[in-house]
Amino acid sequence: MKVEQISIFLENKYGRLAEVTRILSEAGINIRALSLADTADFGILRLILDRTEEAKQLLKEKGFTVGKTEVIAVEVPDRPGGLAGILNALEGEGINVEYMYAFVQRSGENAIIIFRFDELEKAISALQKAGVRILRGEEVYAL
Amino acid sequence: MIWNEEYETMPREALESIQLKRLQQVVTRVYQNVEPYRKKMDEAGIKPEDIRELRDIEKLPFTVKDDLRDNYPFGMFAVGLEKVVRVHASSGTTGKPTVVGYTKKDIETWAELMARTLAAAGVNSGDVVHNAYGYGLFTGGLGFHYGAERLGATVIPISGGNTKRQIMIMRDFGSTVLTCTPSYALNIAEVLYDSGIDPKDLNLKVGIFGAEPWSPKMREEIEKKLGIDAVDIYGLSEIIGPGVSVECVEKKEGLHVFEDHFIPEIIDPETGEVLPYGEKGELVFTTLTKEAFPVIRYRTRDITRLIAEPCICGRTFYRMEKVSGRSDDMLIIRGVNVFPSQIEHVLMSVEGVEPHYQIIVDRQGALDMMEVQVEVSEEIFSDEIKVLEGLAKRIEQDLKETLAVSCKVKLVEPRTIQRSEGKAKRVIDKRKI
Repeated sequence: MKVEQISIFLENKYGRLAEVTRILSEAGINIRALSLADTADFGILRLILDRTEEAKQLLKEKGFTVGKTEVIAVEVPDRPGGLAGILNALEGEGINVEYMYAFVQRSGENAIIIFRFDELEKAISALQKAGVRILRGEEVYAL
Repeated sequence: MIWNEEYETMPREALESIQLKRLQQVVTRVYQNVEPYRKKMDEAGIKPEDIRELRDIEKLPFTVKDDLRDNYPFGMFAVGLEKVVRVHASSGTTGKPTVVGYTKKDIETWAELMARTLAAAGVNSGDVVHNAYGYGLFTGGLGFHYGAERLGATVIPISGGNTKRQIMIMRDFGSTVLTCTPSYALNIAEVLYDSGIDPKDLNLKVGIFGAEPWSPKMREEIEKKLGIDAVDIYGLSEIIGPGVSVECVEKKEGLHVFEDHFIPEIIDPETGEVLPYGEKGELVFTTLTKEAFPVIRYRTRDITRLIAEPCICGRTFYRMEKVSGRSDDMLIIRGVNVFPSQIEHVLMSVEGVEPHYQIIVDRQGALDMMEVQVEVSEEIFSDEIKVLEGLAKRIEQDLKETLAVSCKVKLVEPRTIQRSEGKAKRVIDKRKI
């Protein structure tokens, strides 16, 4: 049910993001989903990869601060109101979304949205109750 | 103008005999009343009666800021609290401030010295003194306040901040004398220009600026922009506050030390040896008349030299050159003393923060800005922006509470702060003073 995501602290300065992608590329690690949150001084790069643990070790060795978090990947119908239905279900249960980011699959009719919750288990059961399909980790890594 | 002709123009010989008598008295007093001094003197094998001539001062042990910390808050006072009428405090090297006390007579002495200071800058009883030094534990505000009152001038106790209002009051009340830090004077000048006010519309004639180092170039700029004479004042709370030495407006070259109350020495900061006359070194002061908080050979860490040549103003006191640096790592940020060790202390109290940090000081416009760079370790890292921003804010808050001056905390990637062999270079000071 849960997907492993790594997050990387990046200073807002030239070439840092490129450095991360270069390290991953050289190791043949594939990025499945990505989001970059930024402030004036720094950014947090969040990645879902096909080889999480390996990538984490690698980046740490290269001197990055890396964290690992569990998130949820949810299938959302790729049509108007698709996301609204899911957020309604969460709101009804009083669950707060810390952050989320979406990526649209190449072929399917569904989009996939990555959610970060503080109350992970509660969110999972709320989504299941609403009939939302939650992707397994392996499914996401292999996308 | 000379406030106290008798003392300020006293022949050196007479002055030195007064100094010796007062030195013998103060050494006897601290030996009898202040445990830490007695201990140090006993360890050095010195008794008060060993002080037979002025040169014997060199036999006495030094006092350093850490002595004040070790005896925090009142352990170095030479009188009981029933005789102390006021305390002031300045930054210590760690979390605790350095506390000093004054008896009723000390407050009188201080007012006398500040009246001399103001008079040396050309201030008289007809003047309106716009006192923008901070009032409070800092000695600047109240020091000037009492001195200006003693002189009979009109004091505007405006304290710092709210520059537009300062300017309005300066104009409406006809302030003739500005007292504040030199960087704040420049700030006032800038706001003045931005508001389209011609300094000639103000009555300002002179400014007395201190509490932070400033260059001859900065003096030139202040004088030009505000259309005033700018004189330098020196002091530190451990000695008395402002009123230890001041430039005369006639010469504006070297600060006359009020030697009937303080003995200055210049030492080699490495060896502690007293340096031959005229050489540059660390300034050391002994207070001669203070009752509540006398200090013996206090190491100021300020670097300067002494000038004995007679001055055109007629004062016989030696002058000290404008302070040109420090022998320790103390920073002066907007007039407030900041030690890197204080910052380290605060950072170490935040769980997960690594002991790698760097302090970057710069000047934006006329104002000092301090940025503290903190490396983000795994312990404090979060995938949520609000957590990291919250952490930076919290450290900023803690630093502000400890340092009494605000700064910006910037989170940086690990290992980006330069590691050095031996002593870490904590401070990058980009100010061009």
